[in-house]
Amino acid sequence: MSEIAQPPPIAVPLGSVRPLLRNWRRHVPMLLVAPLLIYMLVLYALPVLAMLLRSVNDPTWTLSHYTALFEDVVFAKTFWITLNTSVTVTLGCLVLGYPVAMGLVRAKTMAPLILVVILLPFWTSVLVRSYAWMVLLGRHGLVNEALIALGMIDRPIRILNTPLATQIAMIHILLPYMILPIANALRQIDPSLIRAASGLGATPFMTFRQVILPLSMSGVAAGTLLTFVLALGFYITPAMVGGPRDITLSMLIAQEVEQLNWAYAATLSAVLLATALAILAVARRLPGVGNAFRMSMR
Amino acid sequence: MGEGGMNGAGRGASVTLADLEKRYDRVNAVDGVSLDIHSGEFLTLLGPSGSGKTSTLMMIAGFETPTAGDIAIDGTSVVAMPPYRRNIGMVFQNYALFPHLTVDENIGFPLKQRGVPKAERARLVAEALELVHLPGYGARYPRQLSGGQQQRVAVARAVVFKPRLLLMDEPLGALDKQLRENLQLEMRRLHADLGITFIYVTHDQEEALTMSDRIAVMNDGKVAQVGSPEDLYDRPSDRFVAGFIGESNFLPAIVRGIEDDVVVTECDGALIRAMCPGRPASGDRVTLTTRPERLRFADSAWNATTPQNRLSVTVTEAVFAGERCRYMLQAADGTSMVLKEPSSAAIRRRAIGERAEISWSVADTILV
Amino acid sequence: MILARLVPAGVVGLILFFLAFPIVVVTVVSFSEATYLTFPPPAFGFRWYEAYFSNPDWLNPTWVSLWVAAAVVVLATSLGTLAALGIARLPKALRIFATGLILSPLIVPGIVVAIGIYYAYSHYGLVGTPIAMVLAHTCLAVPFVVTSVTASLSGIDPRLEQASLSLGATPGATFWQVTLPLIRPGVLVGALFAFITSFDELIVALFISGTGAVTLPRRMWDDLRFQIDPTIAAVSTLTIVLTVVLMGAAHLLRKRSPA
Repeated sequence: MSEIAQPPPIAVPLGSVRPLLRNWRRHVPMLLVAPLLIYMLVLYALPVLAMLLRSVNDPTWTLSHYTALFEDVVFAKTFWITLNTSVTVTLGCLVLGYPVAMGLVRAKTMAPLILVVILLPFWTSVLVRSYAWMVLLGRHGLVNEALIALGMIDRPIRILNTPLATQIAMIHILLPYMILPIANALRQIDPSLIRAASGLGATPFMTFRQVILPLSMSGVAAGTLLTFVLALGFYITPAMVGGPRDITLSMLIAQEVEQLNWAYAATLSAVLLATALAILAVARRLPGVGNAFRMSMR
Repeated sequence: MGEGGMNGAGRGASVTLADLEKRYDRVNAVDGVSLDIHSGEFLTLLGPSGSGKTSTLMMIAGFETPTAGDIAIDGTSVVAMPPYRRNIGMVFQNYALFPHLTVDENIGFPLKQRGVPKAERARLVAEALELVHLPGYGARYPRQLSGGQQQRVAVARAVVFKPRLLLMDEPLGALDKQLRENLQLEMRRLHADLGITFIYVTHDQEEALTMSDRIAVMNDGKVAQVGSPEDLYDRPSDRFVAGFIGESNFLPAIVRGIEDDVVVTECDGALIRAMCPGRPASGDRVTLTTRPERLRFADSAWNATTPQNRLSVTVTEAVFAGERCRYMLQAADGTSMVLKEPSSAAIRRRAIGERAEISWSVADTILV
Repeated sequence: MILARLVPAGVVGLILFFLAFPIVVVTVVSFSEATYLTFPPPAFGFRWYEAYFSNPDWLNPTWVSLWVAAAVVVLATSLGTLAALGIARLPKALRIFATGLILSPLIVPGIVVAIGIYYAYSHYGLVGTPIAMVLAHTCLAVPFVVTSVTASLSGIDPRLEQASLSLGATPGATFWQVTLPLIRPGVLVGALFAFITSFDELIVALFISGTGAVTLPRRMWDDLRFQIDPTIAAVSTLTIVLTVVLMGAAHLLRKRSPA
């Protein structure tokens, strides 16, 4: 029986090799991550920070840009519109998304098909989806045609370029962000819990209210917060289908940048960013939400 | 039985653990373990979870570094050596087969690392597959195999490069009972065939008793007792070993005297004699232990040829469990005991509440 | 099951219809022969596709988008994969910082990222250059690569690495022969996401495309502001097809992961 050659024995146990050589192994992780970190710092993080800094150091170090916001009617109106829209859209997504999430989880044969129907728009660019709504909600679009055909109106009404159009389109775009976390949470529910509830005499509705709904809350919270944060920052959709006078915060920022009012734009950006971060910070503290986030980011 | 064979002496590595310690934060997972593992033997590290057995194995393998102590394989200290230089075979609990490689490629992997040429590799892989009774499975992927088959491939992979030491970390834990028992026997046979040293980790004492040449029982990071299965079963050195291996009865008693290495104690009004290696002092409170299946009802028809202990008890529970009848007994001072006897139409079943005398060998009574 | 009784399939079906229908509409309209966006279209033809393919004003931006996206794939996938490999082993504090920085483009509102980049890049005269587009898009694409590769890595049984080491493979050999093959699906999925992210990206492009780096989304946006041209429907449909193919591939890859 032949002896298999051992891997070439090292001359001397690793411990007594020069310290430098031994240490290099420990730094490998950092060496792997450093290129990307440096890249992103230089080409993304520092630019954004530098821009945001304009809110406090233009022309000199000052907080006046922020204090000015309190008196700023345009800002107030814009912030209100943005908040309003975001809340409405989030609620809409919640109402429509929860049933779909349930449908996705309980369907057996249809599940892949349902998933495709959810993911397809999800993967399509926001631009294309917003454009689709322009087509649908325009004067000669399907919605108007349908309403006329049904006899509910006799002339095309203006749906496009109204807040309603923005809300509809945004709900359409953000729905998957609500559906997926909720579906994940629902999927985690042990089916034997539902059977147990049934066995103990609960009606389907009671089972839903007292077992399913509470257990899906982490997914609901994750979906709601994610949707809301994304809605706050929406730019393309409101710009394309919204009314000319319904300016969201992001649109206002864009306008100010076009006019090179950097300090003002930076201040507004800081407010928008702070709001988004604050909401996410709160979200992470809620039990189970952190996990739901991580899973939906797959 | 499988000492590595006298003619195979030297095929297995000897392993020496000296005062091994592994410290996590403030807890010593392994707390001063010293063990001499003989060349070619099948040694099992047995203990409940948290006893330190897996940590010890990991240190021998090189995946964890001891915070103190030494590990020597064949006389050479390996503590500073990385795992890929130690030339030890290892089998993991969930097999750890490479999912992206075929069975052939899995088994050939260690050979490839050692620069074995392709033709030779193929020959050795085929040989290894024969050894584990899976000839012809080479082209399959791990996911196409059953649990038992994956386990055997894992073993083949771990021995194909002819290591002198094989480590196994609860390899049969994920399998069902029947399969486990079959594979246990196969492991035994493999050990006899290969003649190398096996170090096996498990929490299943039956498994340890079946397969090992020697067992090291671990508890709380220390070795409680090392010995052959018979040693541990018949002469447990402390309460933990007595309770962990098989089932035991524990009787509180007071020492009254010593006769050679038999100690005389008083327990519940009766004089009970027990085997005792040490010399406890008169008046000491001690615990005696004896196995349930070694107790007999004194009035059943059998003749004792060795010195016996006797005790009066009341039957509190009687359970028929297929091949055995199991009785819960209570002595006058409240101590409860278990008695197991074979079930047979010829043996009268006892009723609950019945008073009886039980009798058992002094040699089967140990002071722990 | 309980859920079946609570949620009539009809309701779910309706909402799903709502989700899918707009996409279908765009596709149908793209084959319309009419000049404005009526639905349903009066007649069908390839008019708008011809308009697209024969017009350099459309084809040039398409080309720009394609090769920018390709460059982004290369850059984001390499940087991101390396980072994902390293992040898992960083000490906790550093890991949290690195993860936070790398994933932040997913959280920071697009407009803020866009104007920040515009602010800095315009200082260095990078606006209107394709290179700038590649550099910026990479930052947006990297989170997807890192997430995907990290997910792949965490799906790998940690014992595999130990097994490999115990069998005599050095850490380097373990990486090449065990880790890398097993994360390949994750890397590919990340690459696909990187491509689509760059190809479809609009907000940053609005600010830094200038005249020298007009991407397809930018072109579409301009068109929509100034005239409603059904060519956009054709372009959109083509984009949808591209997206579906790439994302579909990514989806399948994820399912097929051996680990």
